[in-house]
Amino acid sequence: MVVGSVAAIGAGLAAIGAGIGIGQIGKGAVEGIARQPEAANEIRSNMIVAAAFVEAVALFAVVVALLGNGG
Amino acid sequence: MGMASKSIKSLLVVTFSFFILLFSNHIHASEHPQPEQANTEGHAKGDFNVTETILEHIKDDHSWHLGGHLSLPLPVILYTEKGLEVFSSAHLVDEHHAPAVYAGNFNYKLVEGKIKILGEDGSINTLASAKLWDISITKNVAALFLTVFILLLVFLKVAVAYKNTGVKNAPKGLQSFMEPIILFVRDEIAKTNIGHKYERYMPFLLTIFFLILINNFLGLVPFFPGGANVSGNIAFTMTLAVCVFVVVNLSANKNYWQHIFWMPGMHWSMKLFLAPIELIGVFTKPISLMIRLFANITAGHILVLSLICLIFIFKTVVASAIAVPFAVFIGLIELLVAFLQAYIFTMLSAMYIGMAIEEHHHETAHH
Repeated sequence: MVVGSVAAIGAGLAAIGAGIGIGQIGKGAVEGIARQPEAANEIRSNMIVAAAFVEAVALFAVVVALLGNGG
Repeated sequence: MGMASKSIKSLLVVTFSFFILLFSNHIHASEHPQPEQANTEGHAKGDFNVTETILEHIKDDHSWHLGGHLSLPLPVILYTEKGLEVFSSAHLVDEHHAPAVYAGNFNYKLVEGKIKILGEDGSINTLASAKLWDISITKNVAALFLTVFILLLVFLKVAVAYKNTGVKNAPKGLQSFMEPIILFVRDEIAKTNIGHKYERYMPFLLTIFFLILINNFLGLVPFFPGGANVSGNIAFTMTLAVCVFVVVNLSANKNYWQHIFWMPGMHWSMKLFLAPIELIGVFTKPISLMIRLFANITAGHILVLSLICLIFIFKTVVASAIAVPFAVFIGLIELLVAFLQAYIFTMLSAMYIGMAIEEHHHETAHH
């Protein structure tokens, strides 16, 4: 039997969004490093910060999903 | 290109069918033990409730769990109509760790972690409970005191070292550990985001950075002096966000307010349209700071706890072979997140301050 709630679907959708977002950031960073290996450190730190921003939006959704779940 | 998209499409079809197969198998398999589960639900006492267990671990508490059946009772401070009252939280639980009634000025009892006043018949008196002010030293408050103690110890020692040896000489001991971190906050956060007036805001930025950092780190320690989920508590992050809000708006200059209420270089209809949006932005900035820190830290704790809960869900110690290495792995990622969130909170605060005190501006460059 499948159990769960709409909140779980919401959390899943948020994970898809974050996955696409972080994927784009990683793609951009890797391409940037491939073109300019000497700027690798700077690109990497910017990548982590940008990834954290995207992740935070996904976590907003997870919090809303948790609250919607009555947690 | 046509070939590539075709092969990707077929790959997707194969992957999804594989997953659907897996899941349908899972669904069939889990149909069988259903009657058993229905039986165990009858005696709820022995049942393992994942959500309840996780929430119990991340929320604030009136006592600090040390391990096993041992927990450190913390003082309860209540303000009611009959005045202030202080007693140990040990009175609120009986010898079996179940909530007990304590007869103070009123009859108090812990209901779902909150202290409530009981009426004559033993039921909750909602009217009196609403007037109850609970200003207890809870687990989070005690952890904050510990944080303050650690921060004072470290920074007073470092400050004394600088006083003795001067700024020009090479740092020693703890000083040489702290100096790069402080310089990181100065050079990477304050200077780049605020500009030449950064010195005024350094004490504020250093305070929030180290307060968040040490609370994040202590939150990752699973046993006694750590373990309190301070930076994953929305009241704590809200307080920090309110501090940022006050600092940003008190240091804002005319230029900043003009950009909010009457955006220069725009048509008047656009100005009218932008003003409410920019005004909402003033409030959403600190709110996003609040939720970002809260959600990141809480999500990390929930993740680790869920992995550990797997052992109890499968009711076998074999599950720990997978759950424990995964929990350690997530713990390592959380170490990075602990630092990253302190950095991001401080960096965004610095960025907002920088936006508020920006003097020089070009007609064309608007954000």
